[in-house]
Amino acid sequence: MKKLQLRKLGLASVLLAALRRELSLALRQKGEVLTPLVFFVVIASLFPLGVGPESALLLRMAPGVLWVSALLAAMLSLQRLFAMDYVDGSLEQMVLSATPLGLLVVAKALSHFLLSGLPLVLMAPVLGLQFGLEGRALGILMLSLLLGTPTLSLIGSIGAALTLGVRGAGVLLSLLILPLYIPVLIFGAGAVEADAAGLGIGGHLSLLAALLVLSAFFAPLATTTALRISLE
Amino acid sequence: MNIRTIHWFKFSAPQNFYFLAGRMWPWFATLAAVLTALGLWISFFVAPTDAQQGEGYRIIFVHVPASQMSMFIYLVMAAWAGFGLAFNTRLSGMMASALAPTGALFAFLSLVTGALWGKPMWGAWWVWDARLTSELILLFLYLGFLALQSSIDDPRRADKACAVLALVGVVNVPIIYFSVKWWNTLHQGASVSLTKSPTMAIPMLWGMLIMVVAFWMYAIAIALVRVRNIILDRERHTEWVKHAVE
Amino acid sequence: MNTASTLTFAKLGCSRGGRLLFQGVDCVLEAGRWLYVAGANGVGKTSLLRMVCGLAQIESGNILWNGLPIHTQRETYLQDLCYLGHLNALQESMTVKENLSFTTALTGFAPTIAQIQEVLARFGVRGRDQQLVRHLSQGQKRRVALSRLALSAAQLWVLDEPFVAMDEAGVRMLADLIETHLNNGGMAVVTSHQQVAIGAMPAQRLELSP
Repeated sequence: MKKLQLRKLGLASVLLAALRRELSLALRQKGEVLTPLVFFVVIASLFPLGVGPESALLLRMAPGVLWVSALLAAMLSLQRLFAMDYVDGSLEQMVLSATPLGLLVVAKALSHFLLSGLPLVLMAPVLGLQFGLEGRALGILMLSLLLGTPTLSLIGSIGAALTLGVRGAGVLLSLLILPLYIPVLIFGAGAVEADAAGLGIGGHLSLLAALLVLSAFFAPLATTTALRISLE
Repeated sequence: MNIRTIHWFKFSAPQNFYFLAGRMWPWFATLAAVLTALGLWISFFVAPTDAQQGEGYRIIFVHVPASQMSMFIYLVMAAWAGFGLAFNTRLSGMMASALAPTGALFAFLSLVTGALWGKPMWGAWWVWDARLTSELILLFLYLGFLALQSSIDDPRRADKACAVLALVGVVNVPIIYFSVKWWNTLHQGASVSLTKSPTMAIPMLWGMLIMVVAFWMYAIAIALVRVRNIILDRERHTEWVKHAVE
Repeated sequence: MNTASTLTFAKLGCSRGGRLLFQGVDCVLEAGRWLYVAGANGVGKTSLLRMVCGLAQIESGNILWNGLPIHTQRETYLQDLCYLGHLNALQESMTVKENLSFTTALTGFAPTIAQIQEVLARFGVRGRDQQLVRHLSQGQKRRVALSRLALSAAQLWVLDEPFVAMDEAGVRMLADLIETHLNNGGMAVVTSHQQVAIGAMPAQRLELSP
């Protein structure tokens, strides 16, 4: 059989191909994508049931409750970030490919953000209304989540890579990742609260942005190291 | 100098370090016991009664050294882990694993003594001030390390995975501490600080310093004992271990 | 392909779970030749192949590609490497075409649909490019996995028991493919329980034992 002449691809095209693959895979397993979003709604609804419907209290709690619920929901879908590819051997191929592994990790984190983070951003205002947040506060909530959820995906990918194929991976992943999520939670919820108190949000949002930039640089490095370790 | 370098590398083999650790740990244990006794004597009998806090404040002689050690051990653990990851040495990972439980213990001790101090002081067992909250998060980081360690069967993979976790953790600790301080000031939380006390009398400082060194000696002693056990367990297929346990 | 490429094993050793599998393994493989790794079950053939790929860490000794250790030239080495292990690396919920497009994209190339169909036809799974992988039989899935080799530009093929669960026609077809690859200057490291004749020159043989 004669050798095939194939068209060469640039790195950007490979990144897009990886992203397209993640998204099309997810859309074929819609249930797995929608479940965390439903979870978000359920958790956020548990709090009023637990503390009572007094509106002043709910309003006070809203930023924290919504952020914690979003955090937990984003974490739910982390486990399947690498798990399926690990099981069928695709992950091995990715590690062995000529494409830099960091690029593929970024594609996965980006797809995780698009599939879980972004929907949370869009759903948060609806839940915010239930807690009595209005107008400007809702906007800031969305903005803080928009800046914060990509960081959650990036940090989460480290945990997903470390716990590949391990017993009890789901709960272990949460234990490892949640302490690392705390700064994002503090600045994210803090932004909404600061605005409600009449203080400026610039500080919070720039810190969220700084965390995003930091994790965009360092998380892929940690994740690729963890992936290679998990595949040994 | 050449001879000393060779001498050092010889001990990076688990087998040689096993015997070295066996000779070293009794010294550290003795030092730890002596210094702890001395430190406690100073804290109970020598240091003056505090004008505002009465006798209850004496628990800071355990609390402050414990929190400092918990922080310090995490740094050492991460350093060992990073070393093992970079140079692929088996012993480094074992040292990190040996240190983790002690670090977690000190973090827990710090929290408990903090609560024991807090109750008579402010009437509450727990206060969400920046330092105690950061200590709690540090405990979570230790527990995560221990959990990851125990859930991976292959010890080499466990060591390396925990090394990545420890390094990610050590980078995050300053960020977490900063964010918790920010959170605290934003919410105008507890304004009392466990370390913000009026100028300390010299005997108090001495007492705390001695306790810090005592805990340090204890940590080294117990880590050496623990690493010996880890070495025996990991290397149990080798000849020298079979002879050693006879 | 570079006809002067060499793959060298220098005093290679491996242990699993504290047990020594093999040590002091030496070998040199040149372009146009293939290496048949033989040995009983559990002797470490898969471990050796994973070390060649850089998936498993080398405990003692070295693996050299063109004279340099592989861990010092990871990017260039991986461009010249194509690995086929026990797993097929196929996503069940995607079509054959999507899977092959992606795995080829990972190597930095994009095949056209016509090229994919041609390759599938050669491997006896003609016309299946639009089918979901989960609807294929085990044998067909394996053939699709193997057709990755035809789409690869890598010089070194590392194949872990590629002939397993293949019928006679499949074995012949794969052997011909490897032969063509060798004739074009490629190299292959293969483990197999079956003795297969590939090409006119006999294989270099590496017997693994403790």
